[in-house]
Amino acid sequence: MNMMTPRTGGLALLAVIITVAPIGFTNTYFYDVAVNAMFNAILCIGLNLLIGYAGQISLGHAGFLALGAYGSAIMTTAYGVPPIAAMLISATVVGLIAFVVGRPILKLKGHYLAMATLGIGIIIHIVLKTESKITGGPDGMSLDNFSMLGFTIMGDKMWYWVAGVLLILSAWLALNLIDSPVGRALRAVHGSEVGAEVVGVDTSSYKVLVFVVSAVFASLVGSLFAHKNGFITPDIGSFFGSVHLVTMVVLGGMASVFGSVIGAVILTLLPQVLAAVEQYEAMILGGIMMGTMIFMPKGLLPSILASLKRREAGR
Amino acid sequence: MSLLQVESLSKEFGGVHAVEDLTFTVEPGHIHSIIGPNGAGKTTLFNLITGVYTPSAGRVLFQDRMVSGMKPYELAAMGMSRTFQNLQIFFNMKAIENVMVGNHLQLNRSFLPSFLRLPGVVKGDRACVETCVELMEFVGLGKYLDADAASMPYGALKRLEVARALAAKPKILLLDEPAAGLNATESREIDEVIKRVAASGITVVLVEHDMKMVMGISDHITALDYGRKLAEGTPAEVRANPDVIKAYLGAHA
Ligand SMILES: Nc1ncnc2c1ncn2[C@@H]1O[C@H](COP(=O)(O)OP(=O)(O)OP(=O)(O)O)[C@@H](O)[C@H]1O
Ligand SMILES: [Mg+2]
Repeated sequence: MNMMTPRTGGLALLAVIITVAPIGFTNTYFYDVAVNAMFNAILCIGLNLLIGYAGQISLGHAGFLALGAYGSAIMTTAYGVPPIAAMLISATVVGLIAFVVGRPILKLKGHYLAMATLGIGIIIHIVLKTESKITGGPDGMSLDNFSMLGFTIMGDKMWYWVAGVLLILSAWLALNLIDSPVGRALRAVHGSEVGAEVVGVDTSSYKVLVFVVSAVFASLVGSLFAHKNGFITPDIGSFFGSVHLVTMVVLGGMASVFGSVIGAVILTLLPQVLAAVEQYEAMILGGIMMGTMIFMPKGLLPSILASLKRREAGR
Repeated sequence: MSLLQVESLSKEFGGVHAVEDLTFTVEPGHIHSIIGPNGAGKTTLFNLITGVYTPSAGRVLFQDRMVSGMKPYELAAMGMSRTFQNLQIFFNMKAIENVMVGNHLQLNRSFLPSFLRLPGVVKGDRACVETCVELMEFVGLGKYLDADAASMPYGALKRLEVARALAAKPKILLLDEPAAGLNATESREIDEVIKRVAASGITVVLVEHDMKMVMGISDHITALDYGRKLAEGTPAEVRANPDVIKAYLGAHA
């Protein structure tokens, strides 16, 4: 049974689902939604390292997503930087920004940290909206396909496979990290900061580290999303976007890599299913958030796994 | 040469002198107990020594180095570790992972090797598990090797903190009421563990209300009352000290 650890078993199952899902896709619209779901899943895996594992909140991660997207858009269109380079430069810059702002704000806890990260997101959103000479302002920006070494990613089908591979890779990396000395230190920060400190864990540095990692995840997804969509507006970095991401993490399950995937898929599909009642989307999102907190504070996947375990033990 | 020197140490909390002008030394290899009634300032003293609090006045020297103002994790790297009176367990982790965090400084902590799960990290973790299993068995937690910390009883968690602190390979170990809330059997087991820790060459500073345990185990005792030093010496000397008797009778009468 060694093969079926949550790690290998979960990764294998994820790979199988990604491979067979297109059987049910009857037109390219399905691929489009699936790619968005997987992009969100990658971002949420990174965000869950921060929120679920290290126990720190961020209400500004859509801002980092938007910075990645705009970094790629600006560098590729205005300066002719190759997409892969633009994506990596953007991610590096976002990582640096997260490092610089992370140092002071991660000293804050709870509500104060939530407010500070909210502020970061809002500032980014406003800058993208108002610096219209560079960003095109509220009208947005368009950009070209993602090409690399003479190969161009085109169409929703091709993006599907790229996103699928990247999602599996992200899940693998996150699982690696969690089950390593670094990951245990991160989880210890969540468990008890002073308990971690007295055995040698530099808790402030680890908090900054995980904040940077999650911001880089968001930036990379932002770059990919921008190229795939071909058009972006500042609203991808809105406060509502950040809340949407946190809801995915909380719904799927805090401190659960595969939970993040489930949360992202459900909340990306939901608006499609609820297209008829679009104006209530925010309300439904709020309802889901409240329902999760009241009935399943651990989130979908951990709750389901726990009840399966209980049933097995009861037998 | 003393391992730990506390010099005119004071800590004030808005008018409350939790620790006041306290001076004493801890000799290497000793079990040194700190006793005193509730509110005497024992936990505050531990927080000052381990860098959780910064002193209002005075200083602490560890291995002849001035350590006041240093962070707890820096002191851990120098060989100082502790447990807590009110548990500071990582309840979001398995019991053995709690102990593995204690081993943090002995492991490869670079980000990329962890992220990519390089063979060195896997090998290091495997060795770490072995060490931590041994430590859990050493403190009598052999049956909790697979347990989640959140599912363990109080007495076991007290010992889990000892195992975690030992995993940090300390030169000095500060234990804040390790026997509080334990039944008689568990108390005796902890007593044994502390003796074996000391026998392995680790200096122990012990805060404990269980006088039978303290008198039986200690090489040296410092008695506190209202943040000040009341008496010190061997168990026999301290037990015979009229001020100590008065403070204890006063506190319990
Ligand atoms: N963080 C704090 N803020 C304000 N006052 C504090 C703080 N910590 C301790 N005190 C006060 O300092 C005094 C000493 O407390 P401390 O916890 O050090 O005593 P103790 O000897 O460990 O007692 P016990 O045996 O009950 O554990 C008490 O009067 C306590 O109320
Ligand atoms: Mg105390």
